[in-house]
Amino acid sequence: MKYVDEFRDRGHAETLAHAIKSIVTRPWTIMEVCGGQTHSIVRFGLDELLPGIVTLVHGPGCPVCVTPVMLIDQAIALAAIPRVILCTFGDMLRVPGSQGDLFGVKATGGDVRIVYSPLDALALARANPDREVVCFAVGFETTSPAYAMAAIQARRLGLTNFSLLAAQVLVPPAIEAILSAPGCRVQGFLAAGHVCTVMGYEEYEDLARRYHVPLVVTGFEPIDVLEGIAMLVSQLEEGRAVVENQYTRSVRREGNVAGQAAVREVFEPTLRAWRGIGDIPQSGLRLTAAYADFDAAVRFHDALAQCGSVGGEDPDCQSGLVLQGLIKPPDCQAFGTRCTPERPLGAPMVSSEGACAAYYRYRRDGRPGAIN
Amino acid sequence: MADDPELKLQCPLPVKNATVQLAHGGGGRLMQHLIRDIFVRSFSNPLLAQMHDGATWPMSEGTLAFTTDSYVVSPLFFPGGDIGSLAVHGTINDLAMCGAMPLYLSAGFILEEGLAMETLQRVVDSMARAARDSGVSIVTGDTKVVDKGKGDGVFINTAGIGVVSPSVRIGPQRVLPGDAILVSGDLGSHGVAVLSVRESLSFAGDIASDSAPLHRVIADLIDNGIEIHCLRDLTRGGLASALNEIASAAVVKLSIDERAIPIRDEVQGACEVLGLDPLYVANEGRFVSFVPEAQADRAVAIMRGHAVAREAVRVGEVAGRESSIVVLKTVLGTHRILDLLSGEQLPRIC
Repeated sequence: MKYVDEFRDRGHAETLAHAIKSIVTRPWTIMEVCGGQTHSIVRFGLDELLPGIVTLVHGPGCPVCVTPVMLIDQAIALAAIPRVILCTFGDMLRVPGSQGDLFGVKATGGDVRIVYSPLDALALARANPDREVVCFAVGFETTSPAYAMAAIQARRLGLTNFSLLAAQVLVPPAIEAILSAPGCRVQGFLAAGHVCTVMGYEEYEDLARRYHVPLVVTGFEPIDVLEGIAMLVSQLEEGRAVVENQYTRSVRREGNVAGQAAVREVFEPTLRAWRGIGDIPQSGLRLTAAYADFDAAVRFHDALAQCGSVGGEDPDCQSGLVLQGLIKPPDCQAFGTRCTPERPLGAPMVSSEGACAAYYRYRRDGRPGAIN
Repeated sequence: MADDPELKLQCPLPVKNATVQLAHGGGGRLMQHLIRDIFVRSFSNPLLAQMHDGATWPMSEGTLAFTTDSYVVSPLFFPGGDIGSLAVHGTINDLAMCGAMPLYLSAGFILEEGLAMETLQRVVDSMARAARDSGVSIVTGDTKVVDKGKGDGVFINTAGIGVVSPSVRIGPQRVLPGDAILVSGDLGSHGVAVLSVRESLSFAGDIASDSAPLHRVIADLIDNGIEIHCLRDLTRGGLASALNEIASAAVVKLSIDERAIPIRDEVQGACEVLGLDPLYVANEGRFVSFVPEAQADRAVAIMRGHAVAREAVRVGEVAGRESSIVVLKTVLGTHRILDLLSGEQLPRIC
């Protein structure tokens, strides 16, 4: 299939793997930020093709995984209100909150709808004027323009029954948190291609300068990831630390300017708790005062006030360490025993972008090539 | 589908009511009219015409195969089929996977009050046509009507009886190391076709379901002396789930070559957009077969002689008995597990 097959070509992959082997002289630890890249690596066994001294660690780039328990509890509380239709992406349904998940509230009569786009939620609001439609706005910068556009259109249409439960997160503050954490062993980053398609990569140039760390904006197909690794290893071997763009077919330095403007109109940065990691300043988005009418946190203030911030994480779940690249999923005691996709302890075992789910599904015991 | 001339009724409906009412399942005169004017008229055959509590027929030689399945597909009509043809093909295929020649089906209908009688007639006509084309008869049935809001238009259960000839023994326990694994055609069309209507995905509009009866191609393999060790139709959970079930039941390691698996570009494209893996998407006219290595090429050639298996191809082999596992050799030449899916396939988030 065009635009897919050429990025999964075996010959090209072997050439890139050979190129990496021929330039690498020392051990390097590289983090791929995005869960989509993690899945590509594990699904296609890309680490099997790399020299043993290049270590890939998996980053926090799965929005489902880092959504804090408190926000999931809030979504569950909203879905339980009879007049509310709660719209969300499918992956969120099985993520455990402190006392249950969205599947549970759906089974007991809550109206939870899976949508493919925030604009689908907007259409539901127009079609159901007697209901309150709340869109659970989970995602990185990639999806924020669509949430912003939904709010802008809702205002334009004069809708009074549509709101967003803002839960979006931002990548650069998370990278900075990882770099400034004690014991950080990441020496270079594959930045997330789709986030940068929207945001561009100027803000990453500042990170590269301040932390003297190379970043390569990288796509998601196997050839993209291998090419990104090759570019990153080149920089590391040569002692360079700049931002380079592997994903040129999608990403420009300035990004999607119109999308960014829409996001700025509707949202502003705020402190956000990341599940398993903790609070990161300026790492989330909330609705601005001008769009408070479309903020579910404002509209349902009283109902959400009942929602305690218990934040009950299972003590055996080490997803925080996984999300920071400090351990790999099979290093966790609960992996594959107490914690499976059917009975997940933490979100990374649930989400289609989660590192634990990727290892469980494609590799089980965690070692590349072990099943051959 | 509404434009399909085949589906237009030849004459006005004899049943006077435009919609299904609770009384149509009540055992009284209305129910008798419904049975006579819609079901018996469409499914017409001597066994059904007995109008008895059940159908009876004389026994013949061989082993009987018996199966049942319920159909709750939404929407009722989709490109390449509908709930009626699906209910016939699905049960025929379950019998075919036992190596049986299907003979008779039952049809149980759970109708929702308010269902348009014309819709029911379309579904029943489609069932009748699918049964006729497959050479099976629908010989007994049942109708229930549930309150509006308690169903989704029509649910259908079909059970089927078929005969397996004495020499045929098919099942996971017969799978042997070295067996070739064959797939009867391209994967994923049914699931994507249904999803495309349900979710109004215009880009997937020209993908039609693969729903089809498979008993004739299986019979041809058997008649030509192919010693089939195991068969499985690739319905819910797709190829990946079928292979895992067989690996687990037979305690064998299966080795599959990803590059050999046929998937149409349109299906691959739709799956890429939706975050689905076509190896897990449901098919309704595809099967996997395990045959001795020495007969693999001949089996593929026989299958390709049938329209429903024109793209039959070998996708892997039984690698050994060390563990119950399915290993996929990826397009890059690396290896990974092809696992059972946890729950439903869910769309990705970014």
